[in-house]
Amino acid sequence: MTYIAKPKFVHPGLKKNSVGFTHRDYEGRISTLCAGCGHDSISAALIETFFELDIQPHRVAKFSGIGCSSKTPDYFLGQSHGFNSVHGRMPSVLTGANLANRDLIYIGVSGDGDSASIGLGQFAHCVRRGLNMTYICENNGVYGLTKGQFSATADKGSRSKTAVNNDQPIDLVGMALLLGATYVGRSFSGDKKQLVPLLKGAILHKGMAVIDIVSPCVQFNNSPQSTKSYDFVREHNDAVNRIDFIVPRAEIKADYEPGTITEVRQHDGSILRLNKLDPAYDPHDRSKAMAYLQERHAAGEVVTGLLYIEENADDLHHHLNTAKTPLNQLNEKALCPGSAKLAALNDEYR
Amino acid sequence: MPIAATNDFVVKFANINGSGSASANELFARSILRMGVPVASRNIFPSNIQGLPTWYEVRVSGDGWLGRRGGVDLMVAMNPQTWDKDIGEIEPGGYLLYDSTKPLTTQKTREDITLLGVPLTTLSNSLEGTIPRERQLLRNVIYLGALSSLLGFETSVVEVLIKEQFPGKDKLIKLNMKAIELGHDYAEKNLKGLCKLKVVRSDKVGNRIFIGGNDAAGLGCVYGGATVCAWYPITPSTSLAEAFTAHCKAYRVDPQTKENKFAIVQAEDEIAAIGMVIGANWNGARAFTATSGPGISLMQEFFGLAYYAEIPAVVFDIQRGGPSTGMPTRTQQSDLLLAAYASHGDTKHVLIFPQDPKESFEFAAQAFDLAERLQTPVFVMMDLDIGMNDWLVDPLQWDDSRAYDRGKVMTAEELDAGKLFARYLDVDGDAIPYRTLPGTHPTKGTYFTRGSSHNAYAVYSESGKDYTDVMQRLLRKFETAKSLVPAPVIRAAKEETRWGVIYFGSTSVAMDEALDSLEKQGLHLDACRVRAFPFADAVTDFIAAHDQVFVVEQNRDAQLLKLIVNECAIDPARFISILHYDGAPVTARFIISAIAERMTVVRKEAAE
Repeated sequence: MTYIAKPKFVHPGLKKNSVGFTHRDYEGRISTLCAGCGHDSISAALIETFFELDIQPHRVAKFSGIGCSSKTPDYFLGQSHGFNSVHGRMPSVLTGANLANRDLIYIGVSGDGDSASIGLGQFAHCVRRGLNMTYICENNGVYGLTKGQFSATADKGSRSKTAVNNDQPIDLVGMALLLGATYVGRSFSGDKKQLVPLLKGAILHKGMAVIDIVSPCVQFNNSPQSTKSYDFVREHNDAVNRIDFIVPRAEIKADYEPGTITEVRQHDGSILRLNKLDPAYDPHDRSKAMAYLQERHAAGEVVTGLLYIEENADDLHHHLNTAKTPLNQLNEKALCPGSAKLAALNDEYR
Repeated sequence: MPIAATNDFVVKFANINGSGSASANELFARSILRMGVPVASRNIFPSNIQGLPTWYEVRVSGDGWLGRRGGVDLMVAMNPQTWDKDIGEIEPGGYLLYDSTKPLTTQKTREDITLLGVPLTTLSNSLEGTIPRERQLLRNVIYLGALSSLLGFETSVVEVLIKEQFPGKDKLIKLNMKAIELGHDYAEKNLKGLCKLKVVRSDKVGNRIFIGGNDAAGLGCVYGGATVCAWYPITPSTSLAEAFTAHCKAYRVDPQTKENKFAIVQAEDEIAAIGMVIGANWNGARAFTATSGPGISLMQEFFGLAYYAEIPAVVFDIQRGGPSTGMPTRTQQSDLLLAAYASHGDTKHVLIFPQDPKESFEFAAQAFDLAERLQTPVFVMMDLDIGMNDWLVDPLQWDDSRAYDRGKVMTAEELDAGKLFARYLDVDGDAIPYRTLPGTHPTKGTYFTRGSSHNAYAVYSESGKDYTDVMQRLLRKFETAKSLVPAPVIRAAKEETRWGVIYFGSTSVAMDEALDSLEKQGLHLDACRVRAFPFADAVTDFIAAHDQVFVVEQNRDAQLLKLIVNECAIDPARFISILHYDGAPVTARFIISAIAERMTVVRKEAAE
């Protein structure tokens, strides 16, 4: 119902988080996407994530490229600055913004066309650089806005109403692992229970976090022959673990079978409690993760969960040795060497 | 008759690239400068690492003319591949310095030039304790020594320069000085009196400095407060990003924490580079990229975004010969139209045209003020001639009381005080709206940036009126830019005239000399050096005040002329185009001949 304005009325009893914001404060404009679109579930998961993490909305900057998924930053965190840039180039714009102010939280929302086709180069290079960001790919295997062409993540043999995809798919999770991302996960838009903790861990991760989220396109790619449909993912979901995200000193809320839990402490002290659904899966082993993904993909399964994490990751600012004070807050005094130094320098050119 | 000239001649060095000639040749130019005699030097180099021909041309000009003169009086021919061509370029009565280790047998020579043979290879082989690579490098130093004898400049000047170049490396200094002596002594003994070109100590250099435009522009970015540089290597712009890096290391590392007050990223391509620049500027850091024509072509889509979403960006275009890969190591002014109207849809961009390294420094710093004030991309249109050659210019200056103009950025205090924030609303009447930076205020002042159509409140809109309102305001903003960009420099002729000439950028040095020479021939022209697009009213006034206006530029298609005709709606019949675009910098000789020919014809016709 995109033509109905969101009412401004807010229930006075609405619960506030520890920084004084209600769930509603993390919402955005009303989505213009199709009813049932997986992307809207991801927006909802992001709203929940930031609310529950007690992050003030204005400390977040959200970015996107072009496409259905790239529209979504308008639909969550309405009190954050957002930037809907050009097709496939979100990573570079986000990189620049991140260089300018290292203190904000950066999330980039992209799609499979935006990331795996036109923007594959920028995706790869921003992962290589180890940006401190959360890169979300809302992956449905098709171009929605231009009405259903296959994208580069569509599995070989996928069928649409009019065509068969014969090209090999690009697996963004595999690429992220190969290129050195320090937090890599895959999830499903229809599994909020898995998705929200995965997003929380990514946002608190001080490094390059990539999450590929299979997000079915109800209009063009939810057919029985699609590997990006609701039914297919539900039937073939090989979840290796689930995160129970816990902040330090928080109470343990659930009991687990002994031997199935592993705790991962992040840079900021937060703890990710992993409920290992596959006891043999080790999310600290990059090369085994890559091999496992390939094996399961060949078997027709979609591996989900936290696939890889490097606890003590560093980021681009660390590599560049950038000042702790954000660059956009430095003034003339900090930046301009002044006339005396220039006079001395002139001498070197004589 | 051998040419006799004092402090007024051209020496050209023909070398093979990768042979270490560049530093010896630069030493030659600097030695003459230290004698107080102005020089203009230009590198003519291939797009190659090793083995191809490269030239270095030094114009010695006691009168201080800094453009290329054209013609060569003394050729130092070190490259057998180009021997015939090099010999052919020497003016009648000129001189040829060559390696006479082997006698000239099959090589072409000329009757009307003086041969100055120096057995460079034999002499360098006599330097004890050296390896072959060193001897190859030292051959270049030996001819420098020979030149000091032939032209009469002091070897003590060279010695000082060598000591400055290798501080503390006594062994290297000794070896180089030995090579200088070898060449000098050989010429003294064997070539005495043959060369009538002389350098005589003078005081015409003053306190000027010898600096390249890319170096100066990189420094200007440091002074102008740039903190983020994203770039992709491309000739002839690479040395700008490298200069910025070097100057940042010198001036921008916090002495206590050792942390960098800058971030430099070598991007994966030019598209990513401009994306980073736009992202950083959007977030309130001063950011720039340096590139050349092919990079500008790649960045087009982003320029449209920055124009339409109103995001500052500073772009240095060090122009080279196009189209396509074109002539990557030759100069041109051929990206004007590309930059002025960059991107699809209706766009116009601010361009500024420095004339030399000094203005490159100044305009670099000013570009950030303009970009932030106008919230739009600003192109600093340099070229290879300015960027990659050392020019003799007045010392760089900085006013310590100067504050950066950060433009209209609304603060948390202003938002709390209830000041209205609407991202694309013209509240001040200058068509420049206010922006906020991310993270400013917990509940006020956020907005959503997009390249899709939007209304004054930054909300997505497909309404025709919302769209045209914004597009009209952008036009008005471009009008505002007219009064902020560097004004044209207008120079009146000594006598009243109906003739005018318009030029810009690196053409200036040749034009200065041409105007002086034309005046001596009784041909008077008023001159207007355009320094920015949009054109100030002074440019149209200048054209209106003259019957005929020459437009001198270094491209095939008369791009500046077309931009003027297009933007100022002036009858093209008013203009006479003078175009030089072979990749070498335009010479005064070329301009003088083209203008004199036309003016003389018209004067004759008037007389008849």
